[in-house]
Amino acid sequence: MTDIGINPDQIDLAEYRQSATFPPNVIAEIQRAADQGIYEIRGWGPKRKLPTFDDLAFLGASLSRYPLEGYREKCDTDVVLGSRFAKKPLHLKIPITIAGMSFGAISSNAKRALGHAATAMGTATTTGDGGMTHEERESSETLVYQVLPSRYGVDPDHLRACDAVEIVIGQGAKPGGGGMLLGLKVSERVAAMRTLPEGIDQRSACRHPDWTGPDDLTIKIQELREITDYEKPIFVKMAATRVRFDVQLAVKAGADVVVLDGMQGGTGATQDVFIEHVGVPTLAAVREAVEALEELDMHRKVQLIVSGGIRSGPDVAKALAMGADAVSLGTAVLIALNCNRNIYVEDYAALGTKPGFCHNCHTGRCPVGITTQDPELEKRLEPDAAARRVRNYLSTLTLETQTLARACGKSHVHNLEPEDLVALTVEAAAMAGVPLAGTSWIPGR
Amino acid sequence: MWVDVDLEAVGVRGLNERLHAISAGVTDARWRIRNPHGLHNIAVGADSPVSLLIEGHVGYYCAGMNKLANITVAGHAGVGLAENMMSGVVRVQGNASSSAGATGRGGLLVIEGDASSRCGISMKGIDIVVGGSVGHMSAFMAQAGRLIVCGDAGPGLGDSIYEAEIFVRGSADDLGADCIVKEMSREQREGLVSLLQRAGFDHDPSDFRLYGSARNLYNFHIDNAASY
Ligand SMILES: Cc1cc2nc3c(=O)[nH]c(=O)nc-3n(C[C@H](O)[C@H](O)[C@H](O)COP(=O)(O)O)c2cc1C
Ligand code: SF4
Repeated sequence: MTDIGINPDQIDLAEYRQSATFPPNVIAEIQRAADQGIYEIRGWGPKRKLPTFDDLAFLGASLSRYPLEGYREKCDTDVVLGSRFAKKPLHLKIPITIAGMSFGAISSNAKRALGHAATAMGTATTTGDGGMTHEERESSETLVYQVLPSRYGVDPDHLRACDAVEIVIGQGAKPGGGGMLLGLKVSERVAAMRTLPEGIDQRSACRHPDWTGPDDLTIKIQELREITDYEKPIFVKMAATRVRFDVQLAVKAGADVVVLDGMQGGTGATQDVFIEHVGVPTLAAVREAVEALEELDMHRKVQLIVSGGIRSGPDVAKALAMGADAVSLGTAVLIALNCNRNIYVEDYAALGTKPGFCHNCHTGRCPVGITTQDPELEKRLEPDAAARRVRNYLSTLTLETQTLARACGKSHVHNLEPEDLVALTVEAAAMAGVPLAGTSWIPGR
Repeated sequence: MWVDVDLEAVGVRGLNERLHAISAGVTDARWRIRNPHGLHNIAVGADSPVSLLIEGHVGYYCAGMNKLANITVAGHAGVGLAENMMSGVVRVQGNASSSAGATGRGGLLVIEGDASSRCGISMKGIDIVVGGSVGHMSAFMAQAGRLIVCGDAGPGLGDSIYEAEIFVRGSADDLGADCIVKEMSREQREGLVSLLQRAGFDHDPSDFRLYGSARNLYNFHIDNAASY
């Protein structure tokens, strides 16, 4: 179904001719804007087609390389994050972390489930734009604490209680934009944690309140290190835009880990124009970031976490092969929790959507209890069962990644390399910097 | 008894390390910090009711995230003075650069001289008293707490303000979006008097005007589009 209720499958195309400039979804958006007079706000990531890791394939081993025996020969997956300066770097069992999603954007049950799943898998979760809840600290063995421009709920005790600190400069869903949480989700508890009036449409700042530019960031990082006595790794999270410069500046400012969120990155709520029209696809961003690190001789010394549209083991393996140290997941783990599952169909309908198409996290009326603060809706997400699903999903991703790595003859997933990849499209070859399949051609090189 | 700490000898790291090592029960530690030389991150992350007297100018983020400590700077302060302060008292005898008291959640910050732009930006419960004037965009997105300005306020005061209260004795001619003049209640006036007293200023409270939120931007509305 398109947004204006026309099912293209039932249209006789010989009889009706659709405009390429004004297709039904464009017509619907113009008329929505005319009715409401304000930009569209929504959750999730871009819906348009972008170049992705699907446009790459692995060159499995054959005669010139030999593979490792599945299940019998070891293929390690662990990763150390923050070894540059921190006294206590993170040592994770898998190179897949759970991205920052605020309590407020997602429910307490969702936070708890993600924490338990990550802990069972030996990986980390991340707080978000609303401070740290005791539930997530208790359920997550390894917790990364975000410091965002809004600074909602920032507390030195939480800095001392976390395992790593992530300074958020931007998110892939909204590079250059601030946070947003609409009134229905600003419950009494969320409002108290953020020191805001209950029920307001919260818009938060897009720039940090007490620094601008990379030289200031250096001092800010030093402050956080001083407060935490140089124990915790400091991550710097950025949206993928001017990747080369931004990554190098973050390294120069003293980051232990750079988190790069590509254009496909999801969100709990932002303007649709941000989601669809700002940023660089994750595929292109990874290569640029790795080259930026290599130029400084910092690749693998400052670790690179990439996020934005990571869905499967092949996505993980390809990101690692291109030089990332780990990946981070937002939307995909929400889907594993139950997002867009084919249940409570009538509640999707009440939001004007149906399972498989929902992006209504911003409304607070999440049919499956994930992106809501409504106690009744939240009950629909049973934390133990939900944690099990996320754990199963992370476990599947890990097995898939190992399967691909072994097929390429690697005894550690980090031994995957660009040389193991080919591109299936000219665009992907240019963006990822790997040859077009069947050729030795990398456009632009 | 004041204990002398020479920053030239111990460095910022040495000072902060000692500061963090003070056990929670200690209430009477009094340190005199010599040779601050405008260094950044002096006395950040304090977590006990220690008294510090810093003899000279300080750089960025002095007293950042302060809890409980009573910190006096006998000099000027750089950017982000007492940012995200939780409790305690921080006093600067000179002027403060931009973003003083940014996102502060509690405690009292006194700036005896002037404060630059964005004083009290995103403040979340702190009380700030400025003896002189504040620069542009002060109390931007201020959420809670009180900003008292004994001099004038620069352009864009209180832009997109939430529930914070701003008291200005001098001029405040250019208010930011959604910031308006408000009636001062008796409780607010009493609060002002007591804060001025604590800060050590002897001004007549009736010389102050109160500014706060018109609350028109709290929920998205088509007619406010120009302010978003
Ligand atoms: C519901 C939701 C809430 C989010 N909240 C935050 C946040 O508070 N802070 C942040 O840095 N990123 C936030 N993000 C972005 C994620 O951290 C991450 O960058 C993104 O989800 C990665 O892309 P993916 O969704 O395609 O995996 C949020 C994402 C979602 C889906
Ligand atoms: S099902 Fe819930 S989490 Fe998923 S897109 Fe819809 S509102 Fe968001």
